[in-house]
Amino acid sequence: MGKGAHKRVMTASIAAVAASVIGLSGCAGGGSGGAEDGTVTLEFTQWWEPELPDGALRSLMDEFEQQNPGIKVELLSGPYSSTREQIVAGSASGTLSDVVGLDGGWVYDLVQQGAIADLSEAMQTAGYDDSQLASQVQVDGATYSIPAVNFSYMLFTNDKLLSEAGVDEPPSTRSEFLSAAEAVTEKGDASGWALPLSLESPVGVQNDVMSWNWASGGRMLANGQPDLTNPDVTATVDYIKQLNDAGVIAPGAANLKEQDKVEEFTNERVGMMISSLAHINLLRENNPDLEFSVSPVPVADGFSGTPGVTFASWGVGVSSQTEHPEEAWKLIEFLMSPEANASLATSANGFPGNVNSEPGFDESDELYKAAYEAWQAGEPVNEFNGLPVAEQLMRIFDEELQRSLDQGQPVPDTLAAINEQWTTELSQS
Amino acid sequence: MTSAEAVALPSSEDVDVPGPAPAAPKQSSGRRALTPYLFLSPTLVLLIGLMAVPIAMVIAYSFMKRAITNPDTSFVGLDNYLAVIQDPSFTVSLVNTLIFCAVSVVAHFVIGLAFALLLNSDLVPVGLRVAFRAILILPWLFTVAVTAVLWRMLLSPNGVINYLATNAGVVGAPIEWLSSADLALPAITFINIWCGYPFFMISLLAGLQGIPQDLYEAAKVDGAGPVAQFVSVTLPQLRPVIISMALLDFIWTSQQFALIWMTTGGGPINATEVLSTFTYKLAFASYDFAEASASAVIVLLLSTILAVLYVRHQRAKE
Repeated sequence: MGKGAHKRVMTASIAAVAASVIGLSGCAGGGSGGAEDGTVTLEFTQWWEPELPDGALRSLMDEFEQQNPGIKVELLSGPYSSTREQIVAGSASGTLSDVVGLDGGWVYDLVQQGAIADLSEAMQTAGYDDSQLASQVQVDGATYSIPAVNFSYMLFTNDKLLSEAGVDEPPSTRSEFLSAAEAVTEKGDASGWALPLSLESPVGVQNDVMSWNWASGGRMLANGQPDLTNPDVTATVDYIKQLNDAGVIAPGAANLKEQDKVEEFTNERVGMMISSLAHINLLRENNPDLEFSVSPVPVADGFSGTPGVTFASWGVGVSSQTEHPEEAWKLIEFLMSPEANASLATSANGFPGNVNSEPGFDESDELYKAAYEAWQAGEPVNEFNGLPVAEQLMRIFDEELQRSLDQGQPVPDTLAAINEQWTTELSQS
Repeated sequence: MTSAEAVALPSSEDVDVPGPAPAAPKQSSGRRALTPYLFLSPTLVLLIGLMAVPIAMVIAYSFMKRAITNPDTSFVGLDNYLAVIQDPSFTVSLVNTLIFCAVSVVAHFVIGLAFALLLNSDLVPVGLRVAFRAILILPWLFTVAVTAVLWRMLLSPNGVINYLATNAGVVGAPIEWLSSADLALPAITFINIWCGYPFFMISLLAGLQGIPQDLYEAAKVDGAGPVAQFVSVTLPQLRPVIISMALLDFIWTSQQFALIWMTTGGGPINATEVLSTFTYKLAFASYDFAEASASAVIVLLLSTILAVLYVRHQRAKE
């Protein structure tokens, strides 16, 4: 090899090493960027865009960009389940987006991880009036997530199946529900109720099991500590077991996911389900002939208090690592403004996070009207919001409930086991 | 050689007596020794950046308390390992992993060999063999996500399999394949077998086609029938391929996550919990990345044993 050739090899090798190092270090960059002309690009990670009508979120972002020249928003959209993983991993690797969509159940752990910023400070700095916010997710008195849209969980009933089974109205008490579910099941073509208990995503514990407890004024926590053995939770799980023993729950519950439940209802294989109002459009789109009603989750017989309405939220927060906290807050302020928030809530079929927003529901739509009345008459409850390792707690509940339903583990033993495991989990968090 | 040097060289016709070759430019011995490493350096950087560093980080996390989620983490020695090993779910997932892997590998081998023999047989017309090859390799072409969704639908209580079985009178009522604690592990093992046998089939087919025909002819001369030929010629000749494939398949199957997660999520209860789902839940449900790292290191150590066996076997073959 000549001297010149050798030099070229050396140069090429060094260039390749440099390129590899630059390439690798490039992976570490995250969050937003600032262009030479001063334009700031905010990254906004969320699962909302796929669940909204095409172009709805982008159109809102375009409006924000128009109102705030110099700020661009890049939407990073993915399914709900992978968004959480993305946020956890992004925070650990320093690549978390500036603004992030948050579920209430994730907040505590992300705060512990130091992933999301204290929004109380941002609100104070910006002189923001937080009395217009319907709710805030707080940890140790500081706000870390602001629910932008709330989705209540209601009882969906297939009018045709219920009518054929001799049930004229959606059930309003547990005993009416059991009778209706038995009547539908006995007809033979469908099951009475769908209960999703898949361990992949154990949200069924919150939406389909605990909603019964909250509807009748029950609570699963006392002073922030697990209180699963109280009479209300015991009565709820006893009731679920009663439904299971009566054979009214659709087969395959232990492996059923949220979307499977909706599909079963859409295809008229179950008469009733508890689900988010966000699914109304999906049901109408996938089965235009489906006749269904929406009503509050049935309460315990004789209950006369204010019913709890289970809700889930699309919360929004800011990365603690963002280089543009002011611009990030501006985006949140925009999303929570009465007009933008109303538009977002209407597109999502949810209830707005700003108390001054007027939901743009079609007044002639009986389903929304009924749901909105139930929402206003009840008390929004979700004890998993802001709770540490919320998903793991649901999974523990799910596994023990499966033991009770599938293997006959007595309900008191089931709840005692859950209580013990929850206490251990929470003490370690 | 550069183009300038090539031009300067005399043609063979001008040379009567071969003279001494032109002296190569002298290089310092240090630079000469460095050259091979410079050639290797891009790959080495990638290897360190993409393999060694992440593995070292995971090992480091496994000795820390609440790594990643706690900024003020501290060294806790083997505490995370003890916590993982003492967790009853770990034992369940280890046993499930062993059953899942062992049954999958054996079935992959048996089915793969059967189909490879079919595709290699002269008794089957060439056109039919081509058609079989295309059909039998199909499961390999699906991604794990598609396979999981497909089989979830097929095995659902309202799925095609239950429909056919109940209509044919094979069973009285739909079977809950994936949601029964007794059936879920066999069901996902079956799905894994379905999507994994083509790898064995193709490898064994290549092995079969490499066996010299002389051996079979010699065996025939000695009076060996088809079974004796299979036992005395085919299997011994395929032995190196079988051992390599079995070790690799065992390692890969023990890492199987997506299929199990997307079909059962480790349930019902913990019937299909394997080491990969157990580790995932520690990380992304309990946010305990330190214990998840300890669990991952245990899996790494178990896989390393198999990897060492594989490498030793490969060396012995050489």
